[in-house]
Amino acid sequence: MSERKDSPEQAEFRDHCRRWLEANHPGAPPFRLPQNPIEVMTQEQRVWLCAWQKSAYQAGLIACDYPKEYGGGGHQGFQRIAGAEVARAGVPYFINVIGLGMAAPTILNHGTEEQKRRFLPPLFSADEIWCQGFSEPGSGSDLAGAQTFAARKGDQWVINGHKVWTSLAHFASWMIILVRTSRDHKYDGLTYFIVPIAGAEGVTVRPLIKMTGETGFNEVLFEDLHVPDSLRLDDVGKGWTVAMTTLLYERGAAESAGTGGGESLDARIQALIDLARTTHRNGRTAWEDPVLRDRVLKLAIRIEALKQLGRRARVEPLTDHPMRLPLQSKLLGTEIGQDIAAVALEIEGMGSTLYLKDENAPQAGRWPLAYMNSYGMTIAAGTSEIQRNILGERVLGLAKSK
Amino acid sequence: MAQPKDYGFGEDERILRDSARRFLDEVATMDEVRQLVAADAAEAYEGAVPPARYDESAWRKMVELGWTALAVPEAAGGAGIKCVAVAALSEEIGRRAMPSPLPSTLVATFALRAAETGAARSWLEKIAAGRSATLAMTNAEGSWESEATPVRAETRSDGAVLEGTAYFVQDARKASFFVVSAASEQGVGLYAVPADDPGVTIRPDHIVDLTRDQARVTFDRVHVPESAVVAPPPAGFEALRRATPAMLTIVSADIAGAADWQLRATTEYAKVRNQFDRPLGFFQAVKHPIVNMMVAIDETRSLLYNAACAVDAEPKLAERYARMAKSAASDTAAFCSGRSVQLHGGIGFTWECDVQIFFKRQKHSQVYLGDGVYQREKLAVLI
Repeated sequence: MSERKDSPEQAEFRDHCRRWLEANHPGAPPFRLPQNPIEVMTQEQRVWLCAWQKSAYQAGLIACDYPKEYGGGGHQGFQRIAGAEVARAGVPYFINVIGLGMAAPTILNHGTEEQKRRFLPPLFSADEIWCQGFSEPGSGSDLAGAQTFAARKGDQWVINGHKVWTSLAHFASWMIILVRTSRDHKYDGLTYFIVPIAGAEGVTVRPLIKMTGETGFNEVLFEDLHVPDSLRLDDVGKGWTVAMTTLLYERGAAESAGTGGGESLDARIQALIDLARTTHRNGRTAWEDPVLRDRVLKLAIRIEALKQLGRRARVEPLTDHPMRLPLQSKLLGTEIGQDIAAVALEIEGMGSTLYLKDENAPQAGRWPLAYMNSYGMTIAAGTSEIQRNILGERVLGLAKSK
Repeated sequence: MAQPKDYGFGEDERILRDSARRFLDEVATMDEVRQLVAADAAEAYEGAVPPARYDESAWRKMVELGWTALAVPEAAGGAGIKCVAVAALSEEIGRRAMPSPLPSTLVATFALRAAETGAARSWLEKIAAGRSATLAMTNAEGSWESEATPVRAETRSDGAVLEGTAYFVQDARKASFFVVSAASEQGVGLYAVPADDPGVTIRPDHIVDLTRDQARVTFDRVHVPESAVVAPPPAGFEALRRATPAMLTIVSADIAGAADWQLRATTEYAKVRNQFDRPLGFFQAVKHPIVNMMVAIDETRSLLYNAACAVDAEPKLAERYARMAKSAASDTAAFCSGRSVQLHGGIGFTWECDVQIFFKRQKHSQVYLGDGVYQREKLAVLI
């Protein structure tokens, strides 16, 4: 796809991003990086990735549209350009993905002046890593069923409970957390806090092992964690509203403080086409097999449609309900990601049985790993089933499936 | 050349579409379309000659409003609107399943535009003045490859002579002239032939779709004067190749509009129909496929405006994007049609339910100009 027309300021900024990324591409580290930032496991990975994010922040590629007083660039409409250029440059991802994508916009929308000044700058620079405490053992899709409890004690809150699937908690300084402050009301009994993780008394972080064999996410136990009332985000009882803001950004329905890096969908479909052209099956390449080629092309078309969805969402006369397109992006992005990996496994055939450590594994085993990890994506941040409920109920007005 | 971010869909395009909507809301209501083409099942399917009805007074008004001139370049007396506006108009036609010579005339308009000859311009002027047209290029196998045309052309000093039968000609009985793709030793040429030429025989097909007509058109040594040789061989091949993206976009837009009607009708039904003491839409087995219809439609719409914008501003990528659009559109037509009947239950399977009218138009559009598999085969060499 060619570049769309930019305004002079946008063109200048795009040019800056391009030149900077070209000159400062960090290359590949001397160790294996996981496919996604939420699977970062080791200290050496962390240190290397934090340094990379910090340099990109200092170059103005992160938090471009945030106010200057909170450490941002003070621009408007620049983040999308930076995101596009970062994706295009094929540079590594930014490690503080939950901070940039979820915590920062939530704090910007709901935080106090002190909270914004205190938390946003070190979040952007990756000096402080963030994680998110939403899911619990007993509440997954039914997020408002959260039972972790915050009891008021003077100007403090005492938190007890158990959060799960907590990516990056093992490196995190802070967590955005949804807790119950009243058992009398399901939705109105929820309140949103920022809580300390690293070194905090009453917090235990335990790694969970994913089906891939990787760690990277955790369970976090709270036993009488004391936090000051100044860490509460928005009003008592408003937690559900604040959580909806977080989810709007987590699901990609609104612009985050910094995105991109890692492998774009474009790069993945190109990798899939290359895989089909170079993999031999039954005396011909997979690309020469009309059935497999058709599957690859269907995916290429869905990816183009997803890119155009983002573009059309900003063209008012060509949209319908204002959230109709934005609410589809998480559903489509994750399901396409899963289907790309599934087709790659089909193309590889028996080669798809070989995993990371096997010297004969095609492309070092990336596709079986990607396929397994893709289920994390279609489950996290509201499963595909929940996304379809939201689309059916909020956009089409169908009866709620409660 | 770069595409504008907003697909070039600005205020002019919006005004045009909104006025088209208002007009069609008056002349092409569901009741009127049903009265016209689905009043009687036996009449639709059992007669010796299948009907080819459309609202001729509405068509005259469309001509008076200048709709046939919209896609004709200004140099040929038209308005020369962008392809994105043509797409928007086509969506509105599809949304109402309106029987009309307009879609096939738009397709023929783009074929003539791509020919870029003086003769082509004179036939575009006729379209701008209100004459309808359709493309005749398909063989008995239903091939959309222009070199597969079953019509032969013999070049003469004063024009050409056409011989042979074109199949699957869209809205043939609504057309005032045909744009015929014909092969000769020099290659493929395009020729304009009036429908009332004595050498032309139109044999209507008995088709499923109630909102179109289709025919085999035989050219029995039809003499074409030089003024009607709109693309002398071999330039017809290149003209059709260049026109293909716009043609695919028009059909894709018709599909998107019709699919949007299917989505709305099915959504509405799922809100008002109760079973097990709940509206149908409460059940995820109903809700989720309806959402999948919406997702499919949005993929198609995004891709077709991208294709239309490429026709306007990025012609070298237009075919690639248009193949993507029609692939998605064909699959969307099939999916939404199936779900719209299934989710309506028993009533959806009846003649009296309007769902059947759109189901049939969509199944026709799905294969018209090539289905999804065909588009992806063409895309394979472009990607």
